[in-house]
Amino acid sequence: MTATFAPPAGLRPRPQVCRACGALHDPAPVAVCEQCLGPLDPVLDPGRPLPTREAIAARPRSLWRYREWLPFDGEPTLSLDTGGTPLVAAPRLAARLGVARAWLKNDAVSHPSLSFKDRVVATAINAAAAFGLDTIGCASTGNLANAVAAQAARAGLKAWIFIPEDLEPAKVVGTAVYGPRLVRVRGHYDDVNRLCAQVADQFGWGIVNVNLRGYYGEGSKTMAFEIAEQLGWRLPTAVIAPMAGGSLVTKLRKGFQEFTAAGLVSGAAPRIFGAQAAGCAPIVRLVRENADAIEPVVPHTIARSIAIGNPADGLFAKRAIVETGGWAAAVSDADIVAGIRLLAEEAGIFTETAGGVTVAAALALATEGRFRHEDEVVLCITGNGLKTIDAVAPGLGEAPLIAPRLAEVRDLVAQENA
Amino acid sequence: MSVTLQLPAVLAKLADGRRTLEAQGTTLGDVVADVAARFPALAPRLRDQAGKPYSFVTFYVNDDDARLQGGFAASVRDGDEIIIVPAIAGG
Repeated sequence: MTATFAPPAGLRPRPQVCRACGALHDPAPVAVCEQCLGPLDPVLDPGRPLPTREAIAARPRSLWRYREWLPFDGEPTLSLDTGGTPLVAAPRLAARLGVARAWLKNDAVSHPSLSFKDRVVATAINAAAAFGLDTIGCASTGNLANAVAAQAARAGLKAWIFIPEDLEPAKVVGTAVYGPRLVRVRGHYDDVNRLCAQVADQFGWGIVNVNLRGYYGEGSKTMAFEIAEQLGWRLPTAVIAPMAGGSLVTKLRKGFQEFTAAGLVSGAAPRIFGAQAAGCAPIVRLVRENADAIEPVVPHTIARSIAIGNPADGLFAKRAIVETGGWAAAVSDADIVAGIRLLAEEAGIFTETAGGVTVAAALALATEGRFRHEDEVVLCITGNGLKTIDAVAPGLGEAPLIAPRLAEVRDLVAQENA
Repeated sequence: MSVTLQLPAVLAKLADGRRTLEAQGTTLGDVVADVAARFPALAPRLRDQAGKPYSFVTFYVNDDDARLQGGFAASVRDGDEIIIVPAIAGG
């Protein structure tokens, strides 16, 4: 059933190696080891020429300016303008956290679909094209659906996208508008994900977070690369990110490690902190209880974009957090909403619920004394608030309605100053 | 009790190329033991040396994660479908 088309010339995905047993695999749209079923990670060519800081800085502002650390030989052909989101100073948030400086890595304005998932789809779609696959797809909590649909449409690839039935309307519309085959599945994300594992096995499509997962995950490293470059080729001392499947925190760590190994950055390895909603916090539990196995949960949270009860990279995420000296925190739905509003009111950034989780967890970690006064903390804001307006709309109150008369404005100003 | 097991392609190779197996048992653990006895090459990819579920696969009994039903102690009934998928996916 695998459909193929002529792959673009010049792009070759790298081989992959099993993270568990070390077995080497030829490049293929496969994400688990033939020997032990462990996860596969692309292997970069250790002898490849590496660019200098100046050479990187002279390249176009996209995630491909770091292409020597992405899992391909040759030139990418698709989604060439993803990446390059702002790193925003947040002094008032720093004061609240009791740290020297706080920064917001603002993937809420990611191109083209307003979440960090654009990064992972950019690498996965190039792998799909190189493998000659004409259909890509995903299991998604919403942001990935948006990213796959948008990038597949632009590339002229077919897309099959599977989502839980209860996704926020903005995420459904923000997927359907691109014209993919969008399928709602009765159940939670974990049901969708299991189905997609079977779909990838059966139909041979490029399901970006299933059988293209090795190539997909590497795109997340570019968030770390950008943070380091935007800080002036320095590493922050702490980074906090939301956790769903757990991959992002592992890839942030890997990205910082790779730039350190390349001699591009100064500073010690950042402490990695993970954030989840209390209604779906299996990785936080792993960290805080020092457990050695994921106990899957049925999610109950407004943070649907990170509501994964059976996180594939949970154990690896725990390792990234613990080994770097970080920690993890889970926050209530009320705290998530408060986190969204705080970020909007004090930093001018409107994030979705996952960003609210990150902000609220950072505050919780600060209260626990997990940060130091000299810390430079980066908060990863991974998605846009326009996708989850239902989470915050009820608490915002209604704007006053007036006649177009100056006297009525005067009254309002008087009330404001009273 | 006779149940059906659905294997992913990567495991079917260890079961004479068969994607679907019939097996016997009243618990998931019984069913896995039955299959493991018949397909020794498949056995270490279903349960570890301690007899627990192998960490890189997930078992589903009638579409539901077996870990939420007691793991290998989960009851199975005649006609149930057990789906096995690689654990590393999604997110």
